[in-house]
Amino acid sequence: MLRYFLKRLVSLGLSLVVASGVIFLALEVVPGDPAAYMLGINAQEDTLAALREELGLNGSVWARYAGWVGGLLTGDFGVSYTYRTPVAEMIGERLWISLPLALYALTLSTAIAFPAGIWAASKRGSAVDVSVMGVTQLGVAIPNFWFAMLMVLVFAINLRWFSAGGFPGWDTGFFVAMKSLTLPAVALALPQASILARVMRSSLLDTLSEDFIRTARAKGLSQRQALWRHALRNALIPVLTIIGLQFSFLLAGAIIIENVFFLPGLGRLVFQSISARDLIVVESVVMLLVFAVIVVNFAVDMAYAVVDPRLRGRR
Amino acid sequence: MSLLVIDRLSLEIHGAPILKGVSLSVSAGQVVGVIGESGSGKSMTAFAAMQLLPYGSVCSGRIDLGGREVLALSEANLCKMRGRDVGMVFQEPMTALNPIKTIGEQVAETILIHEDVTRAEAMERAAEALRRAELPQDRFPLSRYPHELSGGQRQRVVIAMAIALRPKLLIADEPTTALDVTTQAQILKLLRRLVDEEGMGLLLISHDLAVVADMADEIVIMRKGEVVESGPADWLLRNMQHPYSKALLAASTHQPDRSAEEQHDVLLDVREVVRDYTIHRKGWWGGMETFRAVKGVSFQLRKGESLGLVGESGCGKSTLTRAILGLEEIQGGEIRAFGVPVGRDFPNALRSGIQVVFQDPYSSFNPRWKVARLVAEPFHLMSQRPDDWRDRVAKVLQDVGLEPEAMDRYIHEFSGGQRQRIAIARALILRPEIVILDEAVSALDVSIRAQILDLLAKLQGEYGLSYLFISHDLSVVRSITDRVMVMKSGEIVEQGETAAVFDAPQHEYTKQLIAAAPVLPADVTGGERHDRPEPVV
Amino acid sequence: MRARNLWIGGLLSAVFVVAALVSLIWVPYDVTALDIANKIKGPSGAHWLGTDHFGRDILSMIMVGARTSIAVALVAVGIGMGIGVPLGLAAAARKGSLLDELIMRGNDLVFAFPSLLIAIMITAVFGASALNAIIAIGIFNIPVFARLTRSGALSLWTRDYVMAARVSGKGAARISVEHILPNVLNLLTVQGTIQFSLGILAEAGLSYVGLGAQPPIPSWGRMLADSQTMISFAPHMALFPGLAILLTVLGLNLMGDGLRDLLDPKLRRARA
Repeated sequence: MLRYFLKRLVSLGLSLVVASGVIFLALEVVPGDPAAYMLGINAQEDTLAALREELGLNGSVWARYAGWVGGLLTGDFGVSYTYRTPVAEMIGERLWISLPLALYALTLSTAIAFPAGIWAASKRGSAVDVSVMGVTQLGVAIPNFWFAMLMVLVFAINLRWFSAGGFPGWDTGFFVAMKSLTLPAVALALPQASILARVMRSSLLDTLSEDFIRTARAKGLSQRQALWRHALRNALIPVLTIIGLQFSFLLAGAIIIENVFFLPGLGRLVFQSISARDLIVVESVVMLLVFAVIVVNFAVDMAYAVVDPRLRGRR
Repeated sequence: MSLLVIDRLSLEIHGAPILKGVSLSVSAGQVVGVIGESGSGKSMTAFAAMQLLPYGSVCSGRIDLGGREVLALSEANLCKMRGRDVGMVFQEPMTALNPIKTIGEQVAETILIHEDVTRAEAMERAAEALRRAELPQDRFPLSRYPHELSGGQRQRVVIAMAIALRPKLLIADEPTTALDVTTQAQILKLLRRLVDEEGMGLLLISHDLAVVADMADEIVIMRKGEVVESGPADWLLRNMQHPYSKALLAASTHQPDRSAEEQHDVLLDVREVVRDYTIHRKGWWGGMETFRAVKGVSFQLRKGESLGLVGESGCGKSTLTRAILGLEEIQGGEIRAFGVPVGRDFPNALRSGIQVVFQDPYSSFNPRWKVARLVAEPFHLMSQRPDDWRDRVAKVLQDVGLEPEAMDRYIHEFSGGQRQRIAIARALILRPEIVILDEAVSALDVSIRAQILDLLAKLQGEYGLSYLFISHDLSVVRSITDRVMVMKSGEIVEQGETAAVFDAPQHEYTKQLIAAAPVLPADVTGGERHDRPEPVV
Repeated sequence: MRARNLWIGGLLSAVFVVAALVSLIWVPYDVTALDIANKIKGPSGAHWLGTDHFGRDILSMIMVGARTSIAVALVAVGIGMGIGVPLGLAAAARKGSLLDELIMRGNDLVFAFPSLLIAIMITAVFGASALNAIIAIGIFNIPVFARLTRSGALSLWTRDYVMAARVSGKGAARISVEHILPNVLNLLTVQGTIQFSLGILAEAGLSYVGLGAQPPIPSWGRMLADSQTMISFAPHMALFPGLAILLTVLGLNLMGDGLRDLLDPKLRRARA
């Protein structure tokens, strides 16, 4: 188990190093001179020089990369060129919207998908199964931002149950804040829940056709007992993979959905920074999101080992 | 007093008839063997007794288990019956256990499901059941997971689960088919002991007449969903009436006619061959660990002879085969074919002199190619495909007993036996001198197996082929080889004339193997008649 | 029931493919001409799906938008397959080698970058365009196909017919092309349909946030973005482009399911 853990940890570290390298390459090396890029073509030579100095662009590529990574590790993400404020502060503020939103959506999605998938699989071919499959087929096909717009039309504009957008801030109280995140979270969760429910169902059906289920039935377990005691945990392995993958979709989706609801999260920040050509901010946000995805995948690997004894103490 | 009476049982799955009026019965302390080839419905009969049938199954007739009518029981009552009154053992021990639960939990579950006992008590009784299945606690603690056990050990866990509540009846569906002979012998002995000591009835399903003859008090022979003949084992084996039963018996003891003219030219010379595998790294950054699969093997194959190589799974025989075919690097020794070392520089012209037939007729062919292209594939070894290639394919198909029209069909249109003929055609298309038969008849039903063995013997005579016949099945090796080698853990422990090795084995392991292999009683093929005894009711 | 999936799905997808093709030669109204007099009109005889805030015909825009969506998604699937499949075949042919390890770790790395992040990085440097969307979605598709091909190929490499081909002196590359590729084609077809539909969704999302096709090229995501502020008084502007996306994706998914059932022998056996 320890060896598995350490091995994954090393691979996590390597992924982070390579990913940071790719991001650095794309956003600081490919554009040529980032200072010239940020200031545009009409920039004066002395302003350029000043910005280069400010951004520490005068060293070699390696030195700059080392400086950037060193900064990331100590929480110094650099200073935004447009806002002249530390990037870490800007991100910190907005992370408190994007991250809860993604987690809220992930919770909703699993809370919907697990029962739906299990229910459909246990009543294979029944009306329940057919309707779950039908609804999820729609859920998979619906663009989440359009679904969000429709919900705004129905629940905010017509029924006035929710506000159409904006975020009142966490200091207005947990429930008020969560309420304003509810429509966005539902919009994010629905397509993911549909995918997850389908994966859950098919994985359970696959597991239910395994030999060891027949063995369990021969011991006297009912179909239901065999499902809960033997099939479910085995079926979780592919489901965990999908949950891991979904987290990255949720983070990316959150960026889009924030646009629909005018939520001041990471998504708004990154689009503002793109228009303002503020590469430092874009770079930091992308790195942060990639970091989150990689860490979640590490967590999924750990969860495999908990579920599957064959992975412990091996490889 | 009969434990299980199956009376005129018929079964349809989605309207397709699977069983037609099957009748049999099992009494306490009795072993009833059900034998048949694939598609005979023998396994479905077992599953019907448990009522563990696929969706869309409809049963009619009567199944009486200990005085209760199984077909009339509700699902809830069936659950109470399964595991408590009847236990079941399956064919594939590798997949029959839940990979993520300990063996203790899985055995204890049988008890917990049926009786109101504490977990601790159930675990204690699980340990007891495992001990009865000969898995003592000091070596196989309850906390083991299935992947930490071998196939035979897993099968013992399945048996422990089945007998934990001391059911009156045990159903075993091909319980040893997936196991090596020595393990098979141990598992059969265990089952026999359980029947004798605990007075259980055992319904033993098998495709292997020798296994059933060894074990059963009563034999039921099935074919295409029907019982063709049944009766007390000793009597039935010597007094078969039905032509199918006779044919089955004949096929099981079949001896192909061989007219091999052995010559002295050595075609294949294997000297001190060593094959090492690198397995996982030891420690964190540490070095490699190597596993020696083949440990200095030497032998010669002469022109026109049939050389057998027997051994159990994992003994290194497949690795050795691949090395001879030049598909694996060797770390020591030398393999010479036709006087030239086999290896990277082995010329294609000589390579075409060694061809191979594999075990599984279903995975031996690319499903998207037609037979003509499949059979012609070895022409790749020639600088260019000859212009008359289609005629040659037609000729070789005829040689193996197929119509030339087979050329333009896809492989899925052929049965297992026909596919094996096509595999032989592919091996023969280049007129090789050496053909390696890697478990080439192991996946076939006995009657088909007998036909293929005859074909191989005929082809050997016609073309002067040399066979290297690799198999785990001693009776087949005995029937078709001149000399035999016994391989264990990467070494050849004994080799010699086939008859000599089988009749007077020298090495301890060979003795074990031969003792473990189930054989039909010597007198059953000869036809002295006995009176049928009155059935005891 | 299964064949029905294939039919309904095929029909739905065909409608949009035909609409896209027809738009190449004819649309009801010119989508670049503004007609402020007729702005924000609901569906009518003249404009079946109404007009937008510049008076453009929504039906015409959906037809041209279909062209953008389908082109982007199709090229992206092409990139994913074109690069991913050879990588997967190579990795499987040299299983456990350094090459395999490199390809698989590279895949893991790309998986950590959702297509949106790739698009963000490209846009930050080069500016927004439909090409960005194609590249971003295409890159994201590479590991999907590489992994699928590799896992499918690995199971085929253990088949005896591959061994027979090796005995016939064939090399890894030849075996990959002659024996492996044709037998993973079914898997790839099904996955291709799914990635195509995901590509359409992704393109819509990227255009919606302004990282995809730029005006004046009509695109479904862009139309939805434009309609957002007017949703309370002109819901038709949001309804129809959204429905177009939903129905296309639904059609492709149904077709994928239908194809899977038709082509996957494992499932076919399970139903028999």
